[in-house]
Amino acid sequence: MTQTTPAAEPAALTGAPAQQRLPAWRLLAANPLTLASAIVLAVIVLLALLGPFISPYGINEIDVSRQLQPPSAAHWFGTDDLGRDILSRVLHAIGISLLIAVCAVTFAFLVGVAFGTVAGYAGGIVDMVISRVTDVLFAFPVLLLALAIVAIFQPGLVTTVVAIGIVYTPIFARIARGSALSVRSSPFVQVSQTMGTPARTILLRHVLPNITGPLIVQTSLSLAFAILSEAALSFLGLGIQPPTPSLGGMLFAAQGFLAQAWWMSVFPGVTILVTALAFNLIGDGLRDVLDPRQRSLIEARRSR
Amino acid sequence: MRISPAPVLRFLGLRLLSSAIVLLGVIVVVFALVHLVPGDPVRLALGTRYSPEAYQALREASGLDRPLLVQFFSYVGNALTGNLGVSFRNGGTVTDILLGRLPATVSLALVGIVIALVIALPAGIWSALREGRVSDIIVRLTSQLGVSVPDFWLGMLLITLFSSVLRVLPSSGYAPAGEDPLGWLQHVILPGLTVGLIAGAIMTRYIRAAVVDVAGAGFVRTAVSKGLPGRIVTFRHILRNALVPVLTIAGIQLATILGGVIVVEVVFAWPGLGRLVYDSVAARDYPVIQGAILLIAAMFLLINLIVDVLYALVDPRIRLA
Repeated sequence: MTQTTPAAEPAALTGAPAQQRLPAWRLLAANPLTLASAIVLAVIVLLALLGPFISPYGINEIDVSRQLQPPSAAHWFGTDDLGRDILSRVLHAIGISLLIAVCAVTFAFLVGVAFGTVAGYAGGIVDMVISRVTDVLFAFPVLLLALAIVAIFQPGLVTTVVAIGIVYTPIFARIARGSALSVRSSPFVQVSQTMGTPARTILLRHVLPNITGPLIVQTSLSLAFAILSEAALSFLGLGIQPPTPSLGGMLFAAQGFLAQAWWMSVFPGVTILVTALAFNLIGDGLRDVLDPRQRSLIEARRSR
Repeated sequence: MRISPAPVLRFLGLRLLSSAIVLLGVIVVVFALVHLVPGDPVRLALGTRYSPEAYQALREASGLDRPLLVQFFSYVGNALTGNLGVSFRNGGTVTDILLGRLPATVSLALVGIVIALVIALPAGIWSALREGRVSDIIVRLTSQLGVSVPDFWLGMLLITLFSSVLRVLPSSGYAPAGEDPLGWLQHVILPGLTVGLIAGAIMTRYIRAAVVDVAGAGFVRTAVSKGLPGRIVTFRHILRNALVPVLTIAGIQLATILGGVIVVEVVFAWPGLGRLVYDSVAARDYPVIQGAILLIAAMFLLINLIVDVLYALVDPRIRLA
């Protein structure tokens, strides 16, 4: 009973016996867009991990005699205004972007889910306080809140992670609360309560496993937005600080050379776009499979 | 059928109350901002201009020498009456500084939301009515592209194309619409397009989802099966009912744009609230940062409140729930 995921319930609707249902990953892989995004993302992660070893030049190898060179065999992405190899800098910057995004979203997930689940399950005054705090955090636009946090502390890697993490925490809290609220009133949880199971056990064994679907979807989408937020903060000079290369910082430097050196803005920009797009498309694919209503639709179509 | 006013009033009252509570929470957060700064904010703000006299004067002028609780209540009281303190940087009142920046931000937001609606309404509806076909997939992919693109980079690409290559539009700057309408229009096109394209992509996705949702409802199936012409079903049944979620997302997007165009304003040297926050963070001008954040959050709450009230007036199911 505890293993029942929301995705498994509509089996009765489509009339398909439970044992014939395809596992979620097979449905995911059947969507060409999701599959392509997953492959692209895997390549990006691989490049980020190997970045320091495969980059052809040092990230801060300044050589003014090679400045602003267009893409060539020696410099695939060209060179910047200080003669640094853009490909090498992009390879390093992807790793830092991904690291920040993953840490920030992990923070938001852990804190948000903890508070949201407790609020949804406990109800009453606890729920009211947590929900109002969530509302207050929601009233600040994402980047503005991140800027305010950076204004309090010194800009840097940890501040960037904390700022983006706090900004996305209320989203997870709200989703977890809503899901926990609906699970709480379902019969098997109520039966468990009458049997005297402690609240902690019910939360961990019954509520959490049943709200994973929407949370996984949100995680993927949040990673996309975290990549974009980090790029924006670094662009403003309030995220990753030089000399560490960052995609946003490289775009800031490119501003002065839009007409002379298109490669300075195009390659870092495309890198951000492709990474965020991959996370967004995977999130969409996950939603189609993990959302029970969508899933039964996909399955109905497949069986036709 | 006559609608009794009692549930509407009750809904309005509750909604107003919860907005007021959230606004109070926002003020608390904004007040806490300056007190969370490690070290002495006045000292940090003065930087190289530091002298014991200047320090003492600024500390007293900003009221930071008084007990915390006194400061808090006077901040809340002052904020509610529109007094947001004095800038650390130039001594002007924060309220005046903010009001000076408001027209640029509001005009940019309005241009952006109009462009977004012009794109998103037809694209979202068209895509939804052709669910699953090639045209739907193209719209979905394009909108997903718009959601994933960094706004400042899109702005840079537009500058490259329209100012550097085609040389038809200025790359940055601003002219007040009241004094120089043509100059304002020339300057607003590129930032407006940047904001509008991205907001349009986001709204396309929501509008599509809203229309798909309504199109699958039971009453639409009934309308089709009783032989109503497709056009009537589309306009009278589907689109009319999809209007409520569309209204909501348009309101939320407008609120988001009003407070969220910091980077675009920086790229285009647009003298709005976002740029003000950016400059003030760099200068550690805390009263201005506090005031701007408070104003932006308050506008966000107000727009959400208006949307919710409209929502309740349009759809009786909400106010009665």
